[in-house]
Amino acid sequence: MSIEPLFCQRFEISGKDFINAGKASTTIKAILREIGIRPAVIRRAAIACYEAEMNVVLYARKAIMELRVTPQEIRIQVEDEGDGIPDVGRAMQPGYSTASDEIREMGFGAGMGLPNIKNNADTLQIHSVVGQGTTLEMAIGL
Amino acid sequence: MKLEAVREILDCRVIGGGDKLDQEIEVGCGADLMSDVLAFIKPNALLLTGLTNVQSVRTANVAEVRAIVYVRGKFPDQDAVELALEEGIVLLATNLPLYESCGRLYARGLAGGSECAEGLSDVHRAALLSTL
Repeated sequence: MSIEPLFCQRFEISGKDFINAGKASTTIKAILREIGIRPAVIRRAAIACYEAEMNVVLYARKAIMELRVTPQEIRIQVEDEGDGIPDVGRAMQPGYSTASDEIREMGFGAGMGLPNIKNNADTLQIHSVVGQGTTLEMAIGL
Repeated sequence: MKLEAVREILDCRVIGGGDKLDQEIEVGCGADLMSDVLAFIKPNALLLTGLTNVQSVRTANVAEVRAIVYVRGKFPDQDAVELALEEGIVLLATNLPLYESCGRLYARGLAGGSECAEGLSDVHRAALLSTL
């Protein structure tokens, strides 16, 4: 039986929308602050969300990011429609990146995105189908 | 180190948050790639960067960065300035390059990220040590 969340909200993220990139994550940060989550936990959640959101903007067509807060944890799911990740193991290696020069000029493509998410979340699961998309599920204990 | 001292040492112009220069920062981080910043920066930090778009401020916001110094005479985009004012992040600009800016602050006692390495995960500690 799943636990009823205290809070649940969904955000739409559009690929290539560089103007709004990061807004969902900063909104989530404000929501968590409002709920009264500890600042150290908020910082970890905000960094993990921001990396996941930027991955959608930089590499996918669109995605739904869902935030669920239960009495035990913050759970974030990001389900995108995109090209998928052919080799998740390599994508998890710090420094590995497929970013174009254009993406690097914007300050991204350091190859630290997924490692940063893993480092800040307590659990991270990645399901990716090449040609269809990628789903990230992460949880941070309260 | 107080932000007022940073302003003096790097001969900075104040772009925004001039009323917050009495804030104390604990650590500095210099990088142009934002995921590198997120991997290594600590809370209450100063970010030195040549990246001038709005993502420099969004990155600072999520990582609890108190202030940004834009290096090499660069000036941030208008939407970056507006977001920083909303979020209370201090923006400074110097004509010095990144290396020299970091060097001057480090020489005056502002700590770097590796001096907080015990707070890093194994994967990030290994990545950091491989760069030293």
